[in-house]
Amino acid sequence: MSKPKSHGFDTLSLHAGAAPDPTTGARATPIYQSASFIFPDSDHAAALFNMERAGHVYSRISNPTVAVLEERIAALEGGVGAIGTASGQAALHLAIVTLLGAGSHIVASRSLYGGSHNLLDYTLPRFGIETTFVDPRDMDAWRNAVRPTTRLFFGETLGNPGLDVLDIPRVAQAAHEQGVPLLVDSTFTTPWLMRPFDHGADLVFHSATKFLSGHGVVIGGVLVDSGRFDWDGGAARGRFPTLTEPYRGFHDMVFSEESTTAGFLLRARREGIRDFGACMSPFTAFQILQGIETLPLRMARHVENTRAVVAFLAAHPLVLDVGYPELPGHPDHALAKILLPRGCGAVFSFNLRGTRAQGRKFIEALNLFSHLANVGDAKSLVIHPASTTHFRMTPADLAKAGITEGTIRLSIGLEDPVDLIEDLSRALHAAGKT
Amino acid sequence: MLIDVNGSQSYAYTGTRALDKTLPAVVFVHGAANDHSVWALQSRYFAHHGCNVLAVDLPGHGRSQGEALASVEAIADWIARLLDAVGMARAAVVGHSLGSLATLACATRYPERVVKIALLGPAVPMLVSDDLIAAARADDHIAFELITGWSISAGKQLGGNTVPGMWMTGNALRLMERTRPGVLHTDLVACQSYATGLADAAAVQCPALVIMGSRDLMTPVKGAQSLLAALPDQRTVTLQGTGHAMMAEQPDAVLDALRAFL
Repeated sequence: MSKPKSHGFDTLSLHAGAAPDPTTGARATPIYQSASFIFPDSDHAAALFNMERAGHVYSRISNPTVAVLEERIAALEGGVGAIGTASGQAALHLAIVTLLGAGSHIVASRSLYGGSHNLLDYTLPRFGIETTFVDPRDMDAWRNAVRPTTRLFFGETLGNPGLDVLDIPRVAQAAHEQGVPLLVDSTFTTPWLMRPFDHGADLVFHSATKFLSGHGVVIGGVLVDSGRFDWDGGAARGRFPTLTEPYRGFHDMVFSEESTTAGFLLRARREGIRDFGACMSPFTAFQILQGIETLPLRMARHVENTRAVVAFLAAHPLVLDVGYPELPGHPDHALAKILLPRGCGAVFSFNLRGTRAQGRKFIEALNLFSHLANVGDAKSLVIHPASTTHFRMTPADLAKAGITEGTIRLSIGLEDPVDLIEDLSRALHAAGKT
Repeated sequence: MLIDVNGSQSYAYTGTRALDKTLPAVVFVHGAANDHSVWALQSRYFAHHGCNVLAVDLPGHGRSQGEALASVEAIADWIARLLDAVGMARAAVVGHSLGSLATLACATRYPERVVKIALLGPAVPMLVSDDLIAAARADDHIAFELITGWSISAGKQLGGNTVPGMWMTGNALRLMERTRPGVLHTDLVACQSYATGLADAAAVQCPALVIMGSRDLMTPVKGAQSLLAALPDQRTVTLQGTGHAMMAEQPDAVLDALRAFL
């Protein structure tokens, strides 16, 4: 029997989307730091503008360096294509505004990054888009929250900060029963730990600021389309006019007819990136590409270090509990074994026994862990969610998201695990004396 | 646009343009388990440069209803009925792979209606591997993976799509995954069963363009040599380093070859 020919994940991490530069022979992907690109002639220019020929016109719409990153992440996720954005927030916004308008509704997991919660709960209602937040583990809640105007389900592969494992197969099924797609924030897992499209998700976005770039030096996002959702068929018929009806803003193009598999990305680029303008710079794309080259190596080490730190903390008398799905006591332990066999990432939270003052003392006593608002760096990080990333949430919403005043979130880096554990041990000792 | 052909609702992409009977017509015919969208760039160009474009979804494919047609000849007849349905007396016909065989047969069966033909990735006979036929018969996903692996040249499998941000391999796979059960098998059997290709080629009365990819593993260049010898009025374009998925791999080169010919 003939065998299908395809490349492995590690190979795609290094090569997908890229080729030696045909002009200079440069092996690395060049940074095409140019706002715009020359037209060979007037007919070619007109054809580019009218999507009769493919190519780059203006770097807000597309850029050769950014395109390499877009293609690479699409390959790693198993999608049809991607769009690089100015940030992960911009990627989420782009996904939403490509599909939804005033009067539309989202059903979202309540265990979300604080920035995503801000956008959905406080900002989008001003533009007529409402969100109902549900317990991601409660399948009835997802279904019961649906309204006639619902157009999107949204959750995180690993909910922030409690690491609720999103049951993508079941949530996707519930979404598809309603004729709407499932959008997944895959920032914490990256395609190395899980490819959400393999489990039924339709759209994925990342804050590439985190593990994809991996070194905490850029802000960027990517939005990836699986190409599987049928915007014009079944229960979805009539629900997504932005994709299935003529768009006056681009020569009455019907995006789902123009591309059977990538109508969503066409609209997102031809409207969302064009008009909202939250594009990625080529230098940012270059740095994220550098990071992705070592993604498989880094993620394996991130997970290995995290397991060592989790084991240490779980056994420490000053630690009340550790929220990591690989621990048998985590509510999603069984699901994690199925969806995340390579590991549950390198970001997790734990609760200290003791007072808020002891929590503050613990963070301030750390030396190797940097106290800042980020995750997914090669260096280990620490933060207190209740006073920072989730500051705007009410106490009730905090409790629903599994956050207490004593919750501390760690992002485990690539240092020697012995050094990380020594740092944590010393800080815990200092907190204990407070 | 939706068109009633033989009592069945059929879809043809027109570049979002209304048909104008004063303009020449170009029909684009896709290959096995594909649809009109494989011609996205080329068809849109002609639709916006003085032509009526009908980039069809063959019966049983894409947005067209009905069963997939079981023979190349049946597809050729369907193309003629499509022209009847839209009131077009004549058209140039452009076909890829299975579509190239249907285009060839259409030119032979309807010489008064087909003014020019362009055959992309043709082979006569068009041999299909037993493994692929077996996988397609079983509706096994491996069939789509085999075709994708054989259709996109090695270099392009790693990327370098002319269309910014698009992953060619993923897109090709996902398009075929939309194929209804049994359709790929029907298409492949139609390719393999077309036995009169050389005789049909010899009877073609209109000019023909043959576009081949030098790294085409599905329909290698050598598989088109007998066809080239039989066609009375032909010119060829060989795209270097290009595989069977030539419209995606080299969209501009394919377009320029078609522009020069049509």
